[in-house]
Amino acid sequence: MVEKYSPMVQTMTSLLEVENLRVSYSARTGEVCPALSGVDFDLGYGEILGVLGESGSGKSTLAAALLRLLPAGGKIQQGSILFEGRNLLRASPQELRKIRGGRIGLISQEPSCSLHPTLPAGQQVSDVLAAHENLDRRALRQKTGHLLASVFPGDSERISRSYPHELSGGQRQRVLIAQAIACAPSLVVADEPTASLDPTTQQEILQLFRTLRQKLGLAMILITHNPALLAGLADRILVLYAGRIAEIGPSAQVLYSPQHPYTAALLRCLPSHLAEPPSTRKARLHVIQGEAPDLSWHGNGCQFEPRCTERMEVCKRDEPPAAAVSELHEVSCFKFAG
Amino acid sequence: MQPLLKVENLVKHYGAGRSARSKDKLAALDGVSLSVLPKTTTALVGESGSGKSTLALCIACLEHPTSGSISFEGIDLASLDENQLRLLRPQIQLVFQDPASSLNPRWTALEIVSEPFFVQRRYSKPDRAVRALRLLDRVAISRKMAARSACELSGGQKQRLAIARALALEPKLIILDEALSALDCSVQAQISNLLLELQASLGLTYLFITHDFGMAAHLADQIAVMDRGRVVESGSAENVLYSPNHEATRALLAATPRFSEPPAELVHA
Amino acid sequence: MRYLIRRTLHAVFLLLGVSLLTFLFSALTPGNYFDEMRLNPQISPETVAALRAQYQLDRPLPVRYARWLNAAVHGQLGFSFAYNSPVAPLLWIRARNTLFLTVTATLLAWLLALPLGVWSAARFGRLPDRVISWTTASLLVIPDLVLALGLLILAVRTGWFPTGGLLSVGFDELSALQKLGDLARHMALPVVALVLATLPMLVRHVRASVAEVLDAPFLRAALGHGIPYPKLLYRYALRAAANPLLSLFGFSIGTLLSGSLLVEVVMSWPGLGPLLLESILARDLYVVIGGVLLSMIFLVGGNLFADFLLYWADPRIRTAASAK
Repeated sequence: MVEKYSPMVQTMTSLLEVENLRVSYSARTGEVCPALSGVDFDLGYGEILGVLGESGSGKSTLAAALLRLLPAGGKIQQGSILFEGRNLLRASPQELRKIRGGRIGLISQEPSCSLHPTLPAGQQVSDVLAAHENLDRRALRQKTGHLLASVFPGDSERISRSYPHELSGGQRQRVLIAQAIACAPSLVVADEPTASLDPTTQQEILQLFRTLRQKLGLAMILITHNPALLAGLADRILVLYAGRIAEIGPSAQVLYSPQHPYTAALLRCLPSHLAEPPSTRKARLHVIQGEAPDLSWHGNGCQFEPRCTERMEVCKRDEPPAAAVSELHEVSCFKFAG
Repeated sequence: MQPLLKVENLVKHYGAGRSARSKDKLAALDGVSLSVLPKTTTALVGESGSGKSTLALCIACLEHPTSGSISFEGIDLASLDENQLRLLRPQIQLVFQDPASSLNPRWTALEIVSEPFFVQRRYSKPDRAVRALRLLDRVAISRKMAARSACELSGGQKQRLAIARALALEPKLIILDEALSALDCSVQAQISNLLLELQASLGLTYLFITHDFGMAAHLADQIAVMDRGRVVESGSAENVLYSPNHEATRALLAATPRFSEPPAELVHA
Repeated sequence: MRYLIRRTLHAVFLLLGVSLLTFLFSALTPGNYFDEMRLNPQISPETVAALRAQYQLDRPLPVRYARWLNAAVHGQLGFSFAYNSPVAPLLWIRARNTLFLTVTATLLAWLLALPLGVWSAARFGRLPDRVISWTTASLLVIPDLVLALGLLILAVRTGWFPTGGLLSVGFDELSALQKLGDLARHMALPVVALVLATLPMLVRHVRASVAEVLDAPFLRAALGHGIPYPKLLYRYALRAAANPLLSLFGFSIGTLLSGSLLVEVVMSWPGLGPLLLESILARDLYVVIGGVLLSMIFLVGGNLFADFLLYWADPRIRTAASAK
């Protein structure tokens, strides 16, 4: 029917290159709030990038912007998103439709409301297939069956016939994953994929991600507020604060020797109960002083400066540039600038 | 010491058990016993559907148990009439996971905190405002914030506001139903510090309901693990954490995300 | 399944209740068909009394109701005093004409309202949506009577359409195709009046319910999966918005008999409307009761049909119904 979107792999070294991405939301009142202010990063084939950020950091905006799915009022003002050598910001609506679901799979935030309430789960998976591949009825059914069987070991037949309200949270999440990987995309964007799940289900889903990455060579962008989820799963971690990249680097380095004062403070907030001796229980946890950043703030200087314990004079005046602390590890803080 | 709260062999069935199918679908309590000592924190840990929230609703007198007994300060709740219950209710307060849904978004922080005074007709009018402001101080909501409406507050501020409202009637027991689960890590830390401070200064007793073993381990003196409507393991936090006996406890512990131990190659690097 | 049986039983009890009430009310209204005869000096009081006895109007109310109900169950709805014939066939011929008109109008209105409403919702707040909103709002403001009269004046002035009746004189001599054309020309005016009267409300309902689900996370997710836009609107959005619309559809079936009364009277369509008006004025008791009952059957049946549709369309209702 329509020619398949063909990636131009040979000219590219990375799958995705995001450059100077600026997104803002305009309110009804006419006020413009920046949500992302100049985000640069790239992603290799088969790589898992963890995006770590708290509410208001712009992490969900980043997920939406990558698929050009910003909610009403949101606008990409500047920058480029190069995916498989093609600038998504210049893609036509038809090209975008083929890329969404076809080349980039999406796992959205809430499994309970990301599925159509009155269509059977199998139907919703096969609709994604039908949107991108020219298959007849039988092939469609067969492929849907295979997909569901790959995420549901066991009773995939029953799941296929079930409606979303008959499934548990973990099962719904698996259906969402089946939709996201249906057309063998090269990238999956997952926005808080396990936030509402029980810990054991959460671990099962993360395990499924590992298996899928191995089997399909998927690259993933895993967006979360919980640093502990990323340990042992992400290759690299990008830390967002108030719409800017605070720190980006290999996962072990960011998690175990964080360089940016914000990352360090954030990781100190976690209770470290389980491994520690019992005496540290019920102790005060470290906190980050002050309130979460106000997005309508338009001042100069580092956004984290008001809450930072290591602030310097220059932090109030200028925005810190990204500086490399090691080969792959960049930190946007004056501590490391020149 | 006499327990503040004693739950004995509590059973709760939903749907009156008319059909077998609806019975096993809905969370129910299947003979739960629990005792909570005053001025301590008891964590109730379990997966969704294990019955922990049903237990909370029963304790807060918002659900009637099918059988079994709940006694608060040695008084059996079932023996109380409606009037006596009304006097008792302020002693037990609930704080929910999603503060946004339990706070009227159009009211200011001050109005929300002073509402319980109006409902219970306590104190004179000027006295109410003074007490409300004092409560907001306790949870570190500034005077400037007090005049803002609830929808303008951040998630952490809303949860602090919900805690301040729960404190208004000077309760003895606060049930925290997944009260930290929806918050960011840094905000979780703030609120858990606040909870510890309030406990130390006001002598509060917490029943901390969560699926996150991490926070439970941090805050609790006692931990009870629930699975399918039963308490499968309970004891001092140390015992449950470091020598778990039941399979469900071990599974939950294993699933708790953690990364406290850095990988060996990084330590040597 | 138990859900459907329960709904059906509800409907039957409702109908029984309505028939009883109608019977009671019409019996309690002062005067009856024969009162005017009594004023006529040429008819002796004995004759009137004999007529009353013949139609059993002298029996006590419960007996009359029981007899009428027994007859109604067997498809008899009593006897018309004015037409001097059984009510059921009389009503049936008129109801057929009415249904012919209203079914056409309702189908047309829904076929127009669905795409218009969805289109308007998809362009929420933009120019096409605002044009549709304004047009429907202004149409809603105009009373149905004014609308019908306006159309009538238009027809009289231009002479494009016949202004009354069902068929032309000499209909029988026309060929099959000409017969169809003739019928269509006669129907055009009342159908347009009915469509214009119901369309704005339908469009606004479709628009509102579709616009509401367009923001839903699952539609954003479907968009993110690259589901083509037309399919997204007509399959995903419309389906999710279906529940209130199905109820509305049931309601519009309910008004098939009673919704066109005014238009029929104004445009002299030989339907139930003019008949009911005449019988009410003449106190032709059983025709009135039969007409009201028939309308009620449609209303109750329409709602029952909507319940069936909801049961079929929404798996959540099925689950909730089987759990109870």
